[in-house]
Amino acid sequence: MAEPTPPPATQRAPVIEPGHTFGSVTDQISSIVLTRPTSNGWFVGFGIAFLLTMMLLYAAGYLFLKGVGIWGITIPIAWGFAIVNFVWWIGIGHAGTLISAILLLLRQSWRNSINRFAEAMTLFAVACAGMFPIFHLGRPWLAYWLFPYPNTMQYWPQFRSPLVWDVFAVSTYATISAVFWFIGLVPDLATLRDRSENRAAKIIYGILSLGWRGSARHWHRYETAYLLLAGLATPLVLSVHTVVSFDFAIGIVPGWHTTIFPPYFVAGAIYSGFAMVLMLAIPIRKIYGLEDFITERHLQNSAKVMLATGLIVAYGYIIEGFMGWYSGNRYDAYTIWNRFHGPYAFWYWSLLICNLIIPQVLWIRKLRSSPFWLFLISFDVLVGMWLERFIIVVVSLQRDFLTSSWGMYYPTRWDWAIFIGTIGFFLACMFLFVRLLPMISIFEMRTLLPEAEVKE
Amino acid sequence: MKRAPVYGLMAEFDSPTALVEAAEKTRDAGFKKIDAYSPFPVEGLAEAIGFHHDLVPLVCLIGGLCGGIGGYLLQYWINVWSYPVNIGGKPYHSWPAFIVVTFEMTILFGGLSAVFGMLALNGLPMPYHPVFNVPRFAFASKDRFFLIVFSTDPKYDAASTRVFLEGLHPKSVAEVPD
Repeated sequence: MAEPTPPPATQRAPVIEPGHTFGSVTDQISSIVLTRPTSNGWFVGFGIAFLLTMMLLYAAGYLFLKGVGIWGITIPIAWGFAIVNFVWWIGIGHAGTLISAILLLLRQSWRNSINRFAEAMTLFAVACAGMFPIFHLGRPWLAYWLFPYPNTMQYWPQFRSPLVWDVFAVSTYATISAVFWFIGLVPDLATLRDRSENRAAKIIYGILSLGWRGSARHWHRYETAYLLLAGLATPLVLSVHTVVSFDFAIGIVPGWHTTIFPPYFVAGAIYSGFAMVLMLAIPIRKIYGLEDFITERHLQNSAKVMLATGLIVAYGYIIEGFMGWYSGNRYDAYTIWNRFHGPYAFWYWSLLICNLIIPQVLWIRKLRSSPFWLFLISFDVLVGMWLERFIIVVVSLQRDFLTSSWGMYYPTRWDWAIFIGTIGFFLACMFLFVRLLPMISIFEMRTLLPEAEVKE
Repeated sequence: MKRAPVYGLMAEFDSPTALVEAAEKTRDAGFKKIDAYSPFPVEGLAEAIGFHHDLVPLVCLIGGLCGGIGGYLLQYWINVWSYPVNIGGKPYHSWPAFIVVTFEMTILFGGLSAVFGMLALNGLPMPYHPVFNVPRFAFASKDRFFLIVFSTDPKYDAASTRVFLEGLHPKSVAEVPD
């Protein structure tokens, strides 16, 4: 990753504040789960998130009862919010895997304090994403038909369809993310088992820790497996959003049928994912007093990744516009014109301002290191990336080849209820996670201390 | 075979450097059946206790190959033999279209084999283990480092092994009841 202005190494904020020992790192992180009383703020936050989750359940229940007609989808725009939100959520998940796998392989040790909750974020974001295609099926109780299994209908999936590839990509991604996260937790669960005073907690953490005792043989195999998993998750994460982009790019709809989609989707995914990481990290480090572990360096690095991927996304927009003109294809050209001047022009201009213009302030070092501004810019990027998916899904389908098949899409309150409901579900999961599990990897933090090095 | 009433002798250290040194000295003294415990992976510790054969990569490779080959054959069998559908005159065996699922199945089975293989080779989950009988061992998951000589070691002797371990300047030495 090219850094715009690399400051001298001595001036850089440290990855972990000096003065910590193995014991103090362990105590500070595990006390959040074990001894710190649950604050009123946690209950209020969790309560709101829980109510939104209930709204999701209500809306999904009504959807199952009535069918997808309660949404604003119609021909020609049959995909609507369901697919917009699916792509948005799964993109957010990508930053977690990038931090935990790719930065591990690149030996970026600063990742050690943010990988745990970034992985949790991935898991919950993929859970939110996975709901949408199933809701969108119309008969969601038959979702298992997506998988190849012997059945009395003598029917099998059609493996030449990108939608089937997507089933495999997303389910593999969900499984591997869950396993990666859990296996990273095992040694820390053993720490909680040994530190916990409460008998019930001791038993639960004891079961979850699988009897981990930190034997040198175990650590050796553990590290090998972890590294292999990181090596496998790296191409996996790149493949997932590539396959998601195939859902569009393999189709012939103007605005979808382009080869730039895979890299442009992956960059967009990481862009929005880091925005979500920052939006979670900034309040968490403040509330739980973790500024020693999640330092200014982490915020700065995340901001730089956001800036770099944002520029790749900008390149994608420029190439899309260029190809619309250069291809000489009137339908492609019209799609671009329609974005700027059509009925959804307001949203396209908003997208350009949110995704291209505003994030450029990250070039300024002062703003890049201010948690307050980073929080706002991250929110802006998340909105921008959601708009991008809205433009790709809706504006491309809205006006394709024949004017007789043009149409409009207006989301209904049920579209919004399910979308906002998944945000509530995501936040409720995050609230439970920070309360019940160590949100920073304790054992990986120990390895960052100078004492962890074996001196010859 | 009747097991000894004592599982081993355990010495406690306060730094990874001390533990690695002690483990090397113990191996040099001729003890074969030893193990070390640390709150985080310590570089060189596995070699110091004489652990060299890590089978996890092999398990992962076999799992990944099975997943990839199985995934491809599944698609081939379905789209060519069991349920052939003519789409736009394209061949039934359109291999480029099968690559994505083959790739995903390789990753899925490779990843799961690495993790479950690691757990199986480590003998986990194992909720009870004799080392947990030592009260100080609770710090093995915090900031203490332990070295154990198993009582099954041919050189093991309750008195002389204890003297040897105490010569390594540990913070404490404890007998591990079985």
